[in-house]
Amino acid sequence: MMLRVLYFARLRERFGMAGENVELAGTTAADLVAQLQARGGVWAEELAAGRAFRVAVNQDIVTLDAALPDNAEVAIFPPVTGG
Amino acid sequence: MKADLMKSGLMKIAVQTEAFDLGAEVNAMSLGRTDIGAIASFVGLARDSNEGSGVQAMTLEHYPGMTEKALAKLVEEANTRWALLDVTVIHRVGRLLPGDPIVLVAVASSHRGEAFAACEFIMDYLKTRAPFWKKEETPQGERWVDARASDDTAAARWTDS
Repeated sequence: MMLRVLYFARLRERFGMAGENVELAGTTAADLVAQLQARGGVWAEELAAGRAFRVAVNQDIVTLDAALPDNAEVAIFPPVTGG
Repeated sequence: MKADLMKSGLMKIAVQTEAFDLGAEVNAMSLGRTDIGAIASFVGLARDSNEGSGVQAMTLEHYPGMTEKALAKLVEEANTRWALLDVTVIHRVGRLLPGDPIVLVAVASSHRGEAFAACEFIMDYLKTRAPFWKKEETPQGERWVDARASDDTAAARWTDS
């Protein structure tokens, strides 16, 4: 399925992009994270198990087992620090 | 009454670069109505130090669309817990200097108890759920602010009670 994937804050800077279209060979948020990790380098480092990041699907925070609808807007970002 | 807050358009949520005026925002809440008995407000400011080093400026980033939705959602959650008459949440983004106001939460209710509690609840949830990120400029360079465990603890106490 095709996804629009967005990155924010530290992850946007480390990945060197604010967003991209990703063809996912899988169905869940965990599958997407695994596919991105497989790119190696900063992707493997920032999305490694134990690193704190959040995933939102169509602008709602989800857990990694969440199923992704086709053409979803998926955002990956660090824990929030506003206020 | 609880659905009225949301349907009446009384709730105000704004994410903006411009400064805000606490007095004007609070006055606007009670203008033309006499049912409000209490307005509690909180203003968060940019500090000049954090984690032991000086902070010369900070830049706040957000997720346009999701941030506004997340703020509306936590105001709605506050409105299910307490009888609220109006809520204003304004959060600034962009580059801010020490002393600049960052965030305003103001809650109007019939009595002070609901207003105080809902104001603190909204701030605690905003800190852990609304997608904003701070990057600080320090003498040692730029750094992204890490999330604090104490903020999670502050938000969690509302689910324990």
